[in-house]
Amino acid sequence: MPSFLFWLFAIVMLVFGALVVINRNPIASALSLVICFLGLSALFMSLDAFFIGIIQVLVYAGAVMVLFLFIIMLLDLRAEERRKMNWVAFVGGFLVAFSLLVQILAVIGSTRMAKQAFPPLASEHVDDVRNVGLVLFGNYNLPFQVIAVLILVATIGVIVLSKRRLR
Amino acid sequence: MAITVPRPKLTWSERLYLPAIAAGMAITLRHLKDMLLGRTRVTMQYPEQKWDAQLPEHYRGAPALVKDEAGRIRCVACQLCEFICPPRAIKIEPGEIPAKDRFSKVEKYPREFDIDMIRCIFCGMCEEVCPEQAIFLRKDYAITGLTRAEMVHNKEKLLEIGGVIHGVVLKWNEKK
Amino acid sequence: MNPTVSFILITLLKIVGIVFLVILPMVSYAVYAERKVSALIQDRLGPNRVGPAGLFQPIADAMKFLLKEDFTPAHVNKLYYWLAPCLAMVPAITTIAVVPFGSTLFGVPMVIADINVGVLFVFAIASLGVYGIVIAGWASNSKYPFLGAVRSSSQMISYELSLGLAVVPIFLLIGNLRLTEVVQYQIDHGWMILPFAGNWKNPVGWLLAVPMWISFGVFAIAVFAETNRLPFDLPEAETELVGGYHTEYSSMKFALFFLGEYAAMITGSAIIVTLFLGGWHFPGVPDGSRGWIFGLINIFVFFAKIAALLFVFMWIRFTLPRFRYDQLMRLGWVFFFEIALVNIFLAAAIIGFVDR
Ligand code: SF4
Ligand code: SF4
Repeated sequence: MPSFLFWLFAIVMLVFGALVVINRNPIASALSLVICFLGLSALFMSLDAFFIGIIQVLVYAGAVMVLFLFIIMLLDLRAEERRKMNWVAFVGGFLVAFSLLVQILAVIGSTRMAKQAFPPLASEHVDDVRNVGLVLFGNYNLPFQVIAVLILVATIGVIVLSKRRLR
Repeated sequence: MAITVPRPKLTWSERLYLPAIAAGMAITLRHLKDMLLGRTRVTMQYPEQKWDAQLPEHYRGAPALVKDEAGRIRCVACQLCEFICPPRAIKIEPGEIPAKDRFSKVEKYPREFDIDMIRCIFCGMCEEVCPEQAIFLRKDYAITGLTRAEMVHNKEKLLEIGGVIHGVVLKWNEKK
Repeated sequence: MNPTVSFILITLLKIVGIVFLVILPMVSYAVYAERKVSALIQDRLGPNRVGPAGLFQPIADAMKFLLKEDFTPAHVNKLYYWLAPCLAMVPAITTIAVVPFGSTLFGVPMVIADINVGVLFVFAIASLGVYGIVIAGWASNSKYPFLGAVRSSSQMISYELSLGLAVVPIFLLIGNLRLTEVVQYQIDHGWMILPFAGNWKNPVGWLLAVPMWISFGVFAIAVFAETNRLPFDLPEAETELVGGYHTEYSSMKFALFFLGEYAAMITGSAIIVTLFLGGWHFPGVPDGSRGWIFGLINIFVFFAKIAALLFVFMWIRFTLPRFRYDQLMRLGWVFFFEIALVNIFLAAAIIGFVDR
């Protein structure tokens, strides 16, 4: 991929990622997050990982964020917009984020992979859907099924909880 | 007393709705086909074809002033219509008939008589209230204009629409 | 010429050709067709004043929309209010990028981006379409648009599930998500809704027709719901919500919503045609490698199929009444979702146990 596209999408992601935090209006934050996801999926696609990129849009931007928006719209937004800045929390959060960044950079810098260029992909077009499917249902079949059961249990739990409130 | 309307018990096929949907689609398709083949003809191509000939006698179109058989403007400027008109569409400026005039008995005549057709609601109150049967709702319905001023019918316009109506004339005639 | 440059040029040419020469005129004439079909169904005449049989009506409409005052109410959230109409129009047109709308023309494949996850791309972009409506409803800062937006987001999420599940049997059968492969498979083995075609004696084909027809039904209905068409037009139910999410919009911004709905209809039909009705294939017509005239005929066949589906869209709109909201949700979650799920099992069983 031309590297200017990488920089373009990376900058889009960073800017809108920052906007998620900076925006006082929750809807604006949520929409910034959507654009951030779109940038991320573009980066995936630029690595020829179309499947992951598309799933990123389909699941996160298309479904999860719509639900988020749906909930946010039902809240009282004015209260959030009027709230004053909590400087202690701001500085604390900044410090945590910064130390995390330093840590990540240190860890990545110390690995061997960071010091060498990646070898090019074996073939031009990887059938990523098939590969993901094979790995998921072959090597990781048991964890996959366990997660499925977990999600099922969670779903049932939510239904039970919400119905009990009704009664 | 509460009325209980029994809900019809739907059969299995009715609850599926698919037969009903298919029947509905068939009906609309039949209408479409009939229209395409020109079997249904219900639309009148308005500006080219008009329905004027079939307008009923009591049709309430634009209000207009009328003349009697002797060519006199029947209105005596009593201003009853101006008073009754719900949207205040009528504006009358009465003029005096001089004492030596032949019709001095009538006393007043409308010097100006304007009906604002933007305001008029074609209610027919003016026709109903007029003691001289001088104002009638005629059959003109396509009242159009490009400006507000154009939509105000003045006396000449009203007379032009109104034409002549034969019938009882009260004040303008000699006393019997 | 540099291959990259020529690739970009050809792609641009395809985008411009398909969007500006086919999709946009088709959208405006879909509006005309809608008015005409609705009129004929209701024993009226429809537009017949501007040009012969009213054929220039879309141009007059466009002039009207452009010349009207573009009014922005004072109480709206300006940025999002302006953003929403674009968001409504863009996803609808973007989807067409992966749909093969013809075979080849002068050796150039008639698809803008032939990616290996074509159908997922379609779903991903279609799922972004809800943002236009939601943002419009929220930014308008008024209750009817808001109700429309809330309805639309829940409706779209609900029916996206059936939409996604309904196509699984097809991909179980084909084993490839690329839309050009889907079309190629249908050329070799008969259209998806006629899997027995060409091999009439084979009972497996007839057996396969069952899940395919169910898929087709569920998918088509879900497309109706996704494009907010009657009987699923709850987000803009004019009898209940004035105009729904576009109540506060006027002039060209309203037109964008309006045209976005038709563009979504066209792309929805394009997907149905590609997945179930054989794409650009018509029995007996060879593909574009036999001469450019056949390439053109292929493209024409594709859009003719879309036009036929659009007619069905309109026909249904002017036949069926609107659902109540709870009925809509029940239909989506209790019926179509389950039907689609069971259908996957059915298709998997047939494909797995019965050798073709
Ligand atoms: S018809 Fe009614 S509204 Fe019109 S001028 Fe007469 S009284 Fe007034
Ligand atoms: S009520 Fe009759 S006579 Fe009196 S002013 Fe009106 S039109 Fe003239």
